[in-house]
Amino acid sequence: MNELLQQLINGLSLGAVYALIALGYTMVYGVLRFINFAHGDVFMVGAFSGMYMGRWLKPLVPAWPEWLFALVVLLGSMLFCAVLGIVLERLAYKPLRERPRLTVLITAIGVSLLLEYAGQLVFGAAPRGFPSLITSTSITGIGGLHASNIQLIVLVVTALLLLGLHLIVMRTRLGLAMRALSLNPTAARLMGVNTNVVISFTFGLGSALAAAGAIFYASLYQAIDPFMGVLPGMKAFVAAVLGGIGSLPGAMVGGLILGVVETLVVGYSKLLGIPPGYRDAVAFVILILILLFKPSGLFGKTQREKV
Amino acid sequence: MGTRFLLLVAAASIGLVSFLFTGHPEAAWPLAQIDDYLLNILILAGINVILAVSLNIVNGHTGQFSLGHAGFMAVGAYGSAALTQINGKACLVALGFLGGGAPLVLFVLSLLTGGILAAVAGLAVGLPSLRLKGDYLAIVTLGFGEIIRVMIQNTESVGGARGLAGIPTQTTLGWTWVLSFLAIYCVGSLVNSTYGRGFLAVRDDEIAAEAMGVNTTRYKVTAFVVGAFFAGLAGALYAHFIGYVTPEGFSFLKSVDVVVMVILGGMGSTAGVTVAAIALTFLNELLREAEQYRMVAFALLLIILMITRPQGLLGGLGGLARLLPGRGGKS
Repeated sequence: MNELLQQLINGLSLGAVYALIALGYTMVYGVLRFINFAHGDVFMVGAFSGMYMGRWLKPLVPAWPEWLFALVVLLGSMLFCAVLGIVLERLAYKPLRERPRLTVLITAIGVSLLLEYAGQLVFGAAPRGFPSLITSTSITGIGGLHASNIQLIVLVVTALLLLGLHLIVMRTRLGLAMRALSLNPTAARLMGVNTNVVISFTFGLGSALAAAGAIFYASLYQAIDPFMGVLPGMKAFVAAVLGGIGSLPGAMVGGLILGVVETLVVGYSKLLGIPPGYRDAVAFVILILILLFKPSGLFGKTQREKV
Repeated sequence: MGTRFLLLVAAASIGLVSFLFTGHPEAAWPLAQIDDYLLNILILAGINVILAVSLNIVNGHTGQFSLGHAGFMAVGAYGSAALTQINGKACLVALGFLGGGAPLVLFVLSLLTGGILAAVAGLAVGLPSLRLKGDYLAIVTLGFGEIIRVMIQNTESVGGARGLAGIPTQTTLGWTWVLSFLAIYCVGSLVNSTYGRGFLAVRDDEIAAEAMGVNTTRYKVTAFVVGAFFAGLAGALYAHFIGYVTPEGFSFLKSVDVVVMVILGGMGSTAGVTVAAIALTFLNELLREAEQYRMVAFALLLIILMITRPQGLLGGLGGLARLLPGRGGKS
């Protein structure tokens, strides 16, 4: 029982990262109906910008308390990725707005490769160590459960970010415009919604959340490399589909479920008879099952195809 | 008949002549020796042509988007190596009655096995996933490709993550080119036949095709299986060319390589894709010095191409495309 709870803690902190990335997929899908393949690589850039920012900032402000320092790094790389996401959308995706979806998909693959290999040029191919923003301590809770303070911080800050996102989407005019656009793009435009601004805002918001996820991921696993975004990116996409793509609560729940399932499969690999090496296949098996049996996901609405 | 017959004759003769070229000094015609380095590039080009042309039937002619071609290539490579390397001795004993020809027969059998196993894998992947469209299909095929790779990585009997070494290097220029011409011919004829109009119908408008009585699922699965067969064949050739395969060599990035060839050549243009596959193989070798810039350049090219010329660099070019079966552009 204890072991199960232990695995749940590990799974939830990983799932929080997936959820943060998945939100970016789902929001972009909501307004543009396309899968931003390069989202996982924006996540990677988020981790590297966090690393550089941490290294440069540390000697400048040695007197700052740890939490303030970590918060500034977090917000700084969120801002950096938001700008990156907006620029990418403007340069690569905007010229293709009325084109077939396949064209946009190929462009997104191109953007993804560009970020990966340009990242390799700039950052080097070898994995780099991520500076520890907050000194890691182990907390022993009720019943001998172990959790690192980082795991708990990740969970709490993720919850705060999700709350913030909820407020933005539900309580602001831009959020309202986002929802209008995802419901019916033509009608939204007719009602005076400035689609370009809303789409830029959506990309910025999604990329910022991915950057937050990246800082958490890098703090949990401590090594980052230019290709680190590929697998988490794809798994987060699975999480978005699992929750029903286009649905914000779906992406959150999907991410948490995926993180927990993946951790449980590895943790109980002997019991289940699945070698731990299959860890990365778990997400894809879930994806295939979901698409076969409930393609609209847990929270998604079925969409009829009109001729 | 006409051009296509001429093409077949030309292909067959080029293929047969290429059997004369070999890097090995013990060749029957020592005059036909060429530089080992060039020979290797030519063989790789042939393998890439098979990969690109076979992916083109799915991504180009049928308008589906598969990102899992490397997975089928892996199935072909490991499937054929299972015959010649893992069970090589036993198979040779079983074929002992053929005397000196046994290794050659076994090689041909292993190529076929690779292709057929990949086709079976293609069927297994295609049946469930081809109900999906566009980006979903791309991700699911990507997922299947990764699952195949992870499975190989965790199977110790085929070497696991260390890979499989000691595969007899039997692939020659002749084999590669004859088979690549065969692939071009088969795909071209299939797409250009009365039956093959269905592939184009599915690409152009799936709903209209369905309404006209075209069994779209069946066409999509057929395209997938044929594509997978040739990918498996290419994988088998590759394994017996390099002599050493690792699961890492068949990762997502290998699929992307092939996709880039198809896109640059122009989706749906057999001629364009063939030229692109050969050109990119040579370009890769030329750019080996600037390896780290190569992929950055390809990525930029892909983005710019999609914005300015989505039909591909060579797609829709008249003259050349009309020579080969499977016309380019919007036929």
